[in-house]
Amino acid sequence: MRNFLVAALAASALILPGVARAQETPPLPQLNWSFNGPFGTFDRASAQRGFLVYKDVCSACHSMKYVHYRDLAGIGFSAAQIKAIAASVDVPMIKSDGTAGTRPGLPSDAFASPFPNEEAAKAANDGVVPPDQSVLVDARAGGPDYIYAILTGYTKAPAGVRVPSGLYYNEYFPGHLIHMPPPLQPDQVTYTDGTKATLQQEARDVTTFLYFVSNPEMEARKRMGVHIVIFLALLSGLTYAVKRKVWADVEH
Amino acid sequence: MAGLFKTEIKNPVLRWVDTRLPIITLMNREYAVFPTPKNFNYFWNFGAIATVQLMVMIATGVLLAMHYVPNTHMAYASIQTIMRDVNYGWLLRYIHANGATMFFIVVYVHLFRGLYYGSYKYPRELLWMLGVIILLLMMATAFMGYVLPWGQMSFWGATVITNLFSAIPYVGNHITTWLWGGFSVGNPTLNRFFALHYLLPFVLLAVVFFHVVALHITGSNNPLGIDVKGPQDTVPFHPYYTVKDSVGICVFFLIYALVVFFAPRFFMAPDNFIRANPLQTPPEIVPEWYFLPFYAILRSVPNKLGGVTLMFSSILVLFVLPWLDTSKVRSAKFRPMYRPFIFLLLIAVVVLGEVGAHKPEGIWVLLGRIATTYYFLHFLVVLPLLGKLETPLPLPESISKPVLAAKTMERA
Repeated sequence: MRNFLVAALAASALILPGVARAQETPPLPQLNWSFNGPFGTFDRASAQRGFLVYKDVCSACHSMKYVHYRDLAGIGFSAAQIKAIAASVDVPMIKSDGTAGTRPGLPSDAFASPFPNEEAAKAANDGVVPPDQSVLVDARAGGPDYIYAILTGYTKAPAGVRVPSGLYYNEYFPGHLIHMPPPLQPDQVTYTDGTKATLQQEARDVTTFLYFVSNPEMEARKRMGVHIVIFLALLSGLTYAVKRKVWADVEH
Repeated sequence: MAGLFKTEIKNPVLRWVDTRLPIITLMNREYAVFPTPKNFNYFWNFGAIATVQLMVMIATGVLLAMHYVPNTHMAYASIQTIMRDVNYGWLLRYIHANGATMFFIVVYVHLFRGLYYGSYKYPRELLWMLGVIILLLMMATAFMGYVLPWGQMSFWGATVITNLFSAIPYVGNHITTWLWGGFSVGNPTLNRFFALHYLLPFVLLAVVFFHVVALHITGSNNPLGIDVKGPQDTVPFHPYYTVKDSVGICVFFLIYALVVFFAPRFFMAPDNFIRANPLQTPPEIVPEWYFLPFYAILRSVPNKLGGVTLMFSSILVLFVLPWLDTSKVRSAKFRPMYRPFIFLLLIAVVVLGEVGAHKPEGIWVLLGRIATTYYFLHFLVVLPLLGKLETPLPLPESISKPVLAAKTMERA
């Protein structure tokens, strides 16, 4: 009995830290994003490549239903390009005879969703709805660094960790077992601007794009912010000077 | 006695108005020549800043309400429309959402100013109590406003907080059902929260009005906590305090702008960007930072009814504060024993805030209980006793005396 207890204790001493470690995720990589800092902007080329990754890979499972094709102007797509991108998508509609049909998309359309409804999304994805990507970056602690970490964080499960079928091991996912199969491989997309499509490059580009769709107002916001902060700093200084002058004759 | 008001205004148009509705004379008396102690420090800015911030919240809130849809199917999507498609909708929403945070920072400083300088004591008890009502109304408004975006934290926060009422014996469950308008947080809940979130700020405005009226009856307290002895102790409100308040308001807007334009999501929980899902509880349900100390008090009691009672008592105790503090001396400056205790209270509240942000396990449980105990000891035991035990420092003769004395010493 005593031996058994000692053995059990020894075993738990070996296993428990392992279990605890298995649950922990390493600190997120801190990337130097183009949109970081008070003057940061969207790297247009990277975001446009990211759109390609989204279109060719992510959009097969993930919806982005709050974003419209016209929004793509924010990362430098021309009106003609946006029109062409939208027209390449079939948008469901009710025809004048009352039957269901489709029409080519317009820039004013919201991004087409891969599944007609949540049940279909669930059925096709092992019972889990792939999250909508419209504000995905803001909906995860760590933001863009987390998204990048997940996309590049698929590794072989450490010895002793059983990965049930339909799940995948990801270093950075809380609990490590994620439903999403590794979405990106090197050369998964063909970049038209000659950039080499490494896994890191694809992850970086698509994260830049996802950050843009989550925060399309960012560039306008920061530009306005710089003006307003300068104005308020000057006004504060001026008001303080006036205050000093007004109070100069009061013993206080 | 009926008849026209005898005004001193010369301009014929203004005179015509003022004899019938003496609002110009009133504003002149209350905001221009109003005698105000001349020794305010910058802590006396925060009442004015809070008033301005209430205006900002009402203005942005009314504009947001023109685009928001209070329906569980459309609320989340309408926020997305505001952020993406409404002209400057993102600006309105970031000003409003971060405005709640800024509002609470300002009001908490204002409240601590009152505690430190004894602004709640005779003759300002009612002024103080109106302030506590303002705080309660603000909390209710902020809580309901947080539910409107219909994210995960909105939904689960609303579920947790409304469920607190179920702790009331016998009628608790009926009350929660009545609050929800159903058997869980749902569309009727969202709809009524929107109605109340729109209504309460105007009630708040009315109470602020009475708060200011009461202030103008008793006059302001001041850093020395002694009464005004004569005209040599005061300056007219305008231009002296209009300009001094303007400095504070400008600096406040500067800090506010830094948050709105460069870190607008700093105070926002990532989980609240996910649409409310009644079938999936988030790993942690954490309220907004300004509720954390009260949340910690709630969780420091292992009994639900006890926790709820203690949480509400932590605010209600403020109502009777003017009678719990037995010392006649207002300012902590002249209360050598009160000073360390009031800072201890500040530390206890900050610790409670930190405790509220963590899961109630390990050291956080103990810390929460110690801080909660001190919070109530401070008001219920320390303050009544201090008035009897403490020997206050000698009070200056008048507001202008110590000023002159200090100046003479400087020159010597």
